[in-house]
Amino acid sequence: MADMLGQTPSQTVGPYFAYGLTPQQYGYPLKEIASGRLADRGVEGERIRIEGRVFDGKGAPIPDAMIEIWQADARGRYAHPADPRGSNADFRGFGRFGTGTDPEFRFAFETVKPGATGDGQAPHVNVVVFMRGLLVHAFTRLYFSDEAVANASDPVLATVPEDRRRTLIAARHDGSTGVVYRFDIHMQGDDETVFFDA
Amino acid sequence: MTVVSGFGPRDWGSHPPYIDPGYKSTPLRGPTKPLIPLKATLSELTGPVYGHESVGRLDADLTKNGARNGEPLGERIVVTGQVLDERGRPVPDTLVEVWQANAAGRYVHVVDQHAAPLDPNFFGGGRCVTDSEGRYRFYTVKPGAYPWGNHHNAWRPNHIHFSLFGPSYLTRLVTQMYFPGDPLLDLDPIFLATPERARARLVAAFSLDATEPEFALGYAFDIVLRGAIATPMED
Repeated sequence: MADMLGQTPSQTVGPYFAYGLTPQQYGYPLKEIASGRLADRGVEGERIRIEGRVFDGKGAPIPDAMIEIWQADARGRYAHPADPRGSNADFRGFGRFGTGTDPEFRFAFETVKPGATGDGQAPHVNVVVFMRGLLVHAFTRLYFSDEAVANASDPVLATVPEDRRRTLIAARHDGSTGVVYRFDIHMQGDDETVFFDA
Repeated sequence: MTVVSGFGPRDWGSHPPYIDPGYKSTPLRGPTKPLIPLKATLSELTGPVYGHESVGRLDADLTKNGARNGEPLGERIVVTGQVLDERGRPVPDTLVEVWQANAAGRYVHVVDQHAAPLDPNFFGGGRCVTDSEGRYRFYTVKPGAYPWGNHHNAWRPNHIHFSLFGPSYLTRLVTQMYFPGDPLLDLDPIFLATPERARARLVAAFSLDATEPEFALGYAFDIVLRGAIATPMED
């Protein structure tokens, strides 16, 4: 492997990512490539909202984190050349949102619930966390509380110690304004979210 | 025919650790439990695809995309390089997002309260896409150093933030490009958190080849992402 080039090291996204990566969300005059809104009304699937906060080791909500999500469409297909099935043409499946514009420092994604990808995995969303003080982004997954049967046979969840799996399960709430999945991310502590070496 | 069956592992010997006591935000924010290995599935072998359609006309020229009534102050530079994977293969058509402070060391971000002037003609955010050989290029002004609260008399070296996707979510990279010869590098906890053998990869090289006569100094900064592992398939 001596002829391999060395990977460029990761560095923190820092405190000032907003005008570069989430400019419109924060009111800056640059078009953003992605936002918290992944699906418009016309997109096939059950409309859901994913929201949560990111907590530091003292349990304080973090006001300058950036969350990215990557998911399949309602039929479990990805908008990427490696998925030969292709995806719903109106659904890219990528969202990006900073925690600095909500008074309680929540992130929020308006999307559709992903379908199962057909390879034995339960429906899930890939989640990546960036922030000042995080030198390498942290990679995790969100699963759905109303998919208990599928979750029980998911091959990735099976690699997670049983007492920590709950940190990856978003809790469903059916409210008057629609379906909300609550997914808090704990960087440290007893409830530390499971992060993957992906 | 071959298909991508995975990507080489994240080389933890090249990346900073989650917790580095010198960088004081890390002890309460970095994960403390061991990461759980995840064997890539279709969910990781795919990832957001952003190509040439995602870049606007002035996005790759930070000397123009924030201009109101003139040109930004500072030393005009052109930053260029090649995005490669670990096997030296170019990464074509991938988005490169950048953001930086102005020449005085001030970000337009509302949280930045450093008492240096904003430049009415400089915004500091932009993006470009690599070409078929993995090459990217953008114009900007050299960012200034600025103080930060990490410790007494702490100053960030001049740097430009970079964000890349590459061909899958496993190749995602957020990093910072530094400038050669900066005396602040040896004092900067973020740069120094990087394993010593990998630090030089974060420092651009002055390039007379990239320098445009009578116009802009050139800096070359190549970026290396994790490489795909291809598996032969029976047709």
